[in-house]
Amino acid sequence: MGTITKLLESLLSGLSLGSIYALIALGYTMVYGIAKMLNFAHGDIIMAGAFSIIVFTATCGLPPIVAILLGIVFCMLLGVTVEFLAYRPLRKASPLAVLITAIGVSYLLQNVAQLLFGTSDTEFPISVGNSALALGSVSVKYSVLLTVAVTGAIMIILTLFISKSRTGKAMRAVSEDKDAAELMGINVNRTISVTFAIGSALAAVAGLFYGMAYHYVGATTGAMPGIKAFVAAVFGGIGSIPGAMLGGILLGIIEKLAQTYISTELSDAIVFGVLILVLIVKPTGLLGKKISEKV
Amino acid sequence: MNRSVERTPMVEVPSNAIIPERDLGKMPVLDIRHLGIDFGGLTAVDDFNLTVGRTEIAGLIGPNGAGKTTVFNMLTNVYQPTRGSILVDGNATQGKSTDQVVKMGIARTFQNIRLFGSMSVMDNVKIGMHTHIRYNLFDSIFHTPRYHKGEKLSRARVLELLDVFGMADMANHVAGSLPYGAQRRLEIVRALATEPKIILLDEPAAGMNPSETAELMNNIRTMRDEFKISVMLIEHDMNLVMGICEGICVLNYGRIIAKGTPEEIMSNPEVIEAYLGKKGA
Repeated sequence: MGTITKLLESLLSGLSLGSIYALIALGYTMVYGIAKMLNFAHGDIIMAGAFSIIVFTATCGLPPIVAILLGIVFCMLLGVTVEFLAYRPLRKASPLAVLITAIGVSYLLQNVAQLLFGTSDTEFPISVGNSALALGSVSVKYSVLLTVAVTGAIMIILTLFISKSRTGKAMRAVSEDKDAAELMGINVNRTISVTFAIGSALAAVAGLFYGMAYHYVGATTGAMPGIKAFVAAVFGGIGSIPGAMLGGILLGIIEKLAQTYISTELSDAIVFGVLILVLIVKPTGLLGKKISEKV
Repeated sequence: MNRSVERTPMVEVPSNAIIPERDLGKMPVLDIRHLGIDFGGLTAVDDFNLTVGRTEIAGLIGPNGAGKTTVFNMLTNVYQPTRGSILVDGNATQGKSTDQVVKMGIARTFQNIRLFGSMSVMDNVKIGMHTHIRYNLFDSIFHTPRYHKGEKLSRARVLELLDVFGMADMANHVAGSLPYGAQRRLEIVRALATEPKIILLDEPAAGMNPSETAELMNNIRTMRDEFKISVMLIEHDMNLVMGICEGICVLNYGRIIAKGTPEEIMSNPEVIEAYLGKKGA
């Protein structure tokens, strides 16, 4: 295999992995931007999404596309419910209390999944196979193409939604100043619910792509991609939507390049090392806003 | 709950009105009765009674810490009052959330500027119109007729509102980059965009120079005349208060110590004492 081919292939698989990270990172960053909290249970929504798709296809026997849509709806309901039951009562509590609650919710979701599906991994029923498209000497798996294309489309729609729609404008207003937004007649609680619904829908899509890429899903499946996506969100500048997209994709590419050229075992260490370097040089992340605290 | 009892009287001449003739035979826009709030054991505001008539400009003054902003916070349910009732156009605000109170017709500005700094002037005002804009994501992506109509109407409306405050040419500026005085005026325009019946201004002239203040006074009058709304303002600049307020209410240690026309207030010995201290003390 030529050097260029090897580089291009690892870049493409990095782009695909990065797309998954970006989808999850968007959920982290949107919730942080609007509700000013770190939702550490967000990674487990990926797992919930993957398992719900498994249940809807394998157990209920629904066609894949219907199962995927139902899985997305299930995750949206789950995200909104978690926010309503666990986070909303703590709206005025200290950020630390909310953070610990989020970690609690994360363990709860993982343990419920273990109760329902056992501790061993379950096979993911949807796959586009291992066939690949040959572009010259480079071969690209269809699953990679699909992941990148769908993520790209989702990002465009999301960006339009945030900048153009009424709800998107309300979301931006709440993220800038919750109290002032309320005095503009914006229902802050409803806006936060919408944010959780959107973030969870994106996590469900990430769960689908994760299942398709790795073929097996377990109760703790969401934990590692969840942490990585959180890193991606911080890397890009938490609270910034383009930052989450950029951070996710860069992180995926760095991880794949490290696996190809340095070491598979060390790839995670390299990813987190890069994060530390970026934060030393630019503490607000790549696209993060400068925080100017008024005194 | 005896709220129904409280709501029934269609006050012919509200006894609390600063200027009774302003709302003769009409329901006042704002009717505050026995309003009070305690923080822990401390009573911040007590037995606050006031009615503001339609298109009246009312002033709320008092020394620092008298509880003026606390009254504004109770009017918008940012603080839940401990006692008393607030009626907006005859409807009680009790138990409503802040965004619902805004929809009932109360808008306000803040003592320290709270604009959406990274958005354009146009978008800031459009967010104020949030509850009145009617198009969805589908409309805005595919530019349906509904989008064009809504967008055109709202753009025209925003420019009209900005024009009252001489800011129409700044529509595309980023709000956070505007000069201080313009940011203050933009806050008022944004509040006006929620189509209030009464607008509460918390120190609108703070930090303005005398010529800016004079312009602001004209703007507030024009706003009242064009949109037929009532205004209630907190202000320390006595030139502004005495210049545009038709009725003034003076608060000290959380209690009303005087109500009246600017002339009455200026000659009221209790007010002079609250501001300047006792003679010979």
